[in-house]
Amino acid sequence: MALEVTEARPLGKPIKRKEDARLVRGQGRYLDDIALPGMLYLALVRSPYAHARIKRIDTSRAKALPGVHLVLTGEDLAAKNLAWMPTLAGDKQMVLAVGKVLFQYQEVAAVVAESRALAEDAANLVEVEYEPLPVVVDPFYALEPEAPILREDRDPPSNRIFHWEVGDREATEEALRRSAVVVKERIRMPRVHPAPLEPCGCIADYQRATGKLTWYVTSQAPHAHRTVLSLVSGLPEHKIHVISPDVGGGFGNKVPVFPGYVCAIVASIGLGRPVKWVETRTENLTSTNFARDYHMEVEIGATEDGRVTALKVFTIADHGAFDAAADPTRFPAGLFSIVTGSYDFPTAFAEVDGVYTNKAPGGVAYRCSFRVTEASFLIERAMNSLALRLNLDPAELRLRNFIPPEKFPYRSPLGWTYDSGDYAATLKRAMEIIDYPALRREQAERRARGELMGIGVSTFTEIVGAGPSHTFDILGIKMFDSCEIRVHPTGKVIARLGTRHQGQGHETTFAQVIAEELGLTTDDVIVEEGDTDTAPYGLGTYASRSTPTAGAAAAVAARRVRDKARKIAAHLLEVAEEDVDWDGQRFHPVGAPARSVGMAEVALAAYTNLPPGMEPGLEASVYYDPPNLTFPNGAYICVVDIDRGTGQVHVRRFVAVDDCGTVINPMVVEGQIHGGLTEGFAIAFLQEIAFDDTGNCLAPNFMEYLVPTAVETPRWETDRTVTPSPHHPIGAKGVGESPNVGSPAAFANAVIDALAPLGVTHLDIPLYPWKVWEVLRQHGITE
Amino acid sequence: MRVTLTVNGEVRSADVEPRTLLAYLLRDEFRLTGTHVGCDTTSCGACTVLLNGVPVKSCTVLAVQADGGEVMTVEGLEQDGQLHPLQEGFWESHGLQCGFCTPGMLMTAYALLREVPDPDEETIRRAISGNLCRCTGYQNIVKAIRYAAERLSAAGAVAGEVK
Repeated sequence: MALEVTEARPLGKPIKRKEDARLVRGQGRYLDDIALPGMLYLALVRSPYAHARIKRIDTSRAKALPGVHLVLTGEDLAAKNLAWMPTLAGDKQMVLAVGKVLFQYQEVAAVVAESRALAEDAANLVEVEYEPLPVVVDPFYALEPEAPILREDRDPPSNRIFHWEVGDREATEEALRRSAVVVKERIRMPRVHPAPLEPCGCIADYQRATGKLTWYVTSQAPHAHRTVLSLVSGLPEHKIHVISPDVGGGFGNKVPVFPGYVCAIVASIGLGRPVKWVETRTENLTSTNFARDYHMEVEIGATEDGRVTALKVFTIADHGAFDAAADPTRFPAGLFSIVTGSYDFPTAFAEVDGVYTNKAPGGVAYRCSFRVTEASFLIERAMNSLALRLNLDPAELRLRNFIPPEKFPYRSPLGWTYDSGDYAATLKRAMEIIDYPALRREQAERRARGELMGIGVSTFTEIVGAGPSHTFDILGIKMFDSCEIRVHPTGKVIARLGTRHQGQGHETTFAQVIAEELGLTTDDVIVEEGDTDTAPYGLGTYASRSTPTAGAAAAVAARRVRDKARKIAAHLLEVAEEDVDWDGQRFHPVGAPARSVGMAEVALAAYTNLPPGMEPGLEASVYYDPPNLTFPNGAYICVVDIDRGTGQVHVRRFVAVDDCGTVINPMVVEGQIHGGLTEGFAIAFLQEIAFDDTGNCLAPNFMEYLVPTAVETPRWETDRTVTPSPHHPIGAKGVGESPNVGSPAAFANAVIDALAPLGVTHLDIPLYPWKVWEVLRQHGITE
Repeated sequence: MRVTLTVNGEVRSADVEPRTLLAYLLRDEFRLTGTHVGCDTTSCGACTVLLNGVPVKSCTVLAVQADGGEVMTVEGLEQDGQLHPLQEGFWESHGLQCGFCTPGMLMTAYALLREVPDPDEETIRRAISGNLCRCTGYQNIVKAIRYAAERLSAAGAVAGEVK
């Protein structure tokens, strides 16, 4: 049962969400709900070819259509030095194509008109003549000498974007040579898309009189967007006001800057009128930032009794036509070096080559702290392959190799310092809930009858909360986050943070954190995010960083407020400051709980009756630079039954035990787990942004790119262990992405476990029924 | 073209192009922005409204098709300052996160409870299978609809009549 917002001591309780008051009434204010007087609409002309030279663009018919105000091409933008824009990954991306196009659906021209429909009409009248060029779809082919060079703007000319490596190659290869057992596997994590239900969009509103640009945008990182915009456009930063209104899901999709945004801003500045651009679902799936597309090769070594000895990973990362990942500067492959997972590897080595292909740019951190999903999928699949080779139960293999609790803080061979965890306890809890031994017995019986039942285990460790300023920045901006708290004279609070939620519930959970520290209720605290003119600077909400960074800032800021409040309380209680006790809700003299003052009385005094010499007011502003990342973990167990007639996989049970440290709101945490597991399920079974040989996108809408409905989505069983982060002010670690990071391997492991008696050691996801059926057919066991 | 329809009990008129979709008539002309548009293939259901009592995806209905009809949107659920039990249920059961699918989900659930006042889990899941949600994994949406069904049956009323 959810609790009301007026509940005392709210931290850790299932408080009903404050944002729902408007959202259940249909009174959310999402980007496309905003209409400004005189607003125009922008539509984009996109390329039908994946790789082609542009021979001619004729905009005359479009311009002649009544109601059309502007048509922009790459040449027009080039004249303003805006044909290219920087990506957050340090590459550059064409805003509108100049000379040639590099992926299907690439932006070629922009049309601004009186209405949405008219803009589409005019876009259809823009004539573009193309000369098709050879297409590079396969990232391995992209690195072959005979492959055409896609990015002629790069020096030296090469389809290789970067080579990145970490760990000790020699020691790892030596350890593998000396290992009794070495298992090799090629594991692919296909291209998928975050596909939040609300597409991306913006309204640019430039006022010529003041020179001020107000930019409403579906943004997970409004402050970073303001700075990037200022740097790109030359507009002074204090004259750019970014407003990220209610955001209808993000999952990483709403971190980058897209060509449509730049075109809307250019148009608004040129026309002096507000210009709205909202992408269609097709535009979303085909052009605004895919995720994954990692082609991995792993070698894992072990002793005969199943102790891991070394891990070696080689990866080709397909970034499409532009490297539009949003990774921290020093991490072109994100935090992929978490690939040793929950296990105590003595040595490891990983390398990643990023390559260009004729596909949409990316890849964003889709519900993932920068390539952590890829890393987790790889190690959790590899551990299962190793278990199979050793003829050892996959749960037992994990229990033998977990980093033991006494080794924390644990320095991983690839350089991270894990904060805390009790991995065996988390796994054992999951095994107990699902009655693992009974399941294995049942499986043996069913196998004897020829039935296909599988049990999948995944015991992942995440790395989130980027990040400490000594290591983490995006385009030079350190990845701290912030919170400013103002206590009004009547004891009511407004708090503003540098993050921007998209459904995670910050308006409630951060209010709980602050209320807990100040002896108030969630109802007493309004949390505001997403307005750069009012909120303190922060890097935004993605990579499960909000609670580890801004959430920490909220707790620290509230404690600073309480420190001052204690001085005022001493004054009101007429005792020395050191003789004042805080009981969690009120101040009272030590040993005299009957006489007390609460935050409301203290707040009033802060404006009316201060101790002599004290500065008036009661507020605090904190920029929190985390000392380390946080390392949430989880143990997931999945049970599947496979239909021998169709290859259809039925997920019978799924138990998720998560450890995200201190829990702020268990109802919200459970909701995050449910949602992330559902997205993990989709990735494992339903989704791939695939391309044909000529670079045509084969999943450009929700008819082809399947989002699970309520019918096929499994029932989730959740539980938790709690191992607080030792360095976070309230011990919280962040949770939004764990289920999406940890679950794909659990599903895949379950299916492969079911097929293991046939000799199957690996199958690439998505595990479409036809793919499973084909395996059954090859073994002559289809019904 | 002139269209006239009853929206949430109120007679409204507008001049529209023949190609104008009901979703945009509601959103852009009548400023009822609770009805959302999330895809262009009638897949996501965020735009679901009731047209003459039947749930339709308003991104795939022409405004002129609704001429003379009766439309109910999410804005019509709350009566006299009292949330509908479905709205209470979604709030109570954490049946929403980003809230973008919620209005369509509520309207589909509203139509379901009028047909089947006491639906079991399978019935609910089938009924809402035309409405996609990227955040919740549906489990709490099922709970929310069950909550409303129980509230409504306790009140001895059907969905449309409860206050």
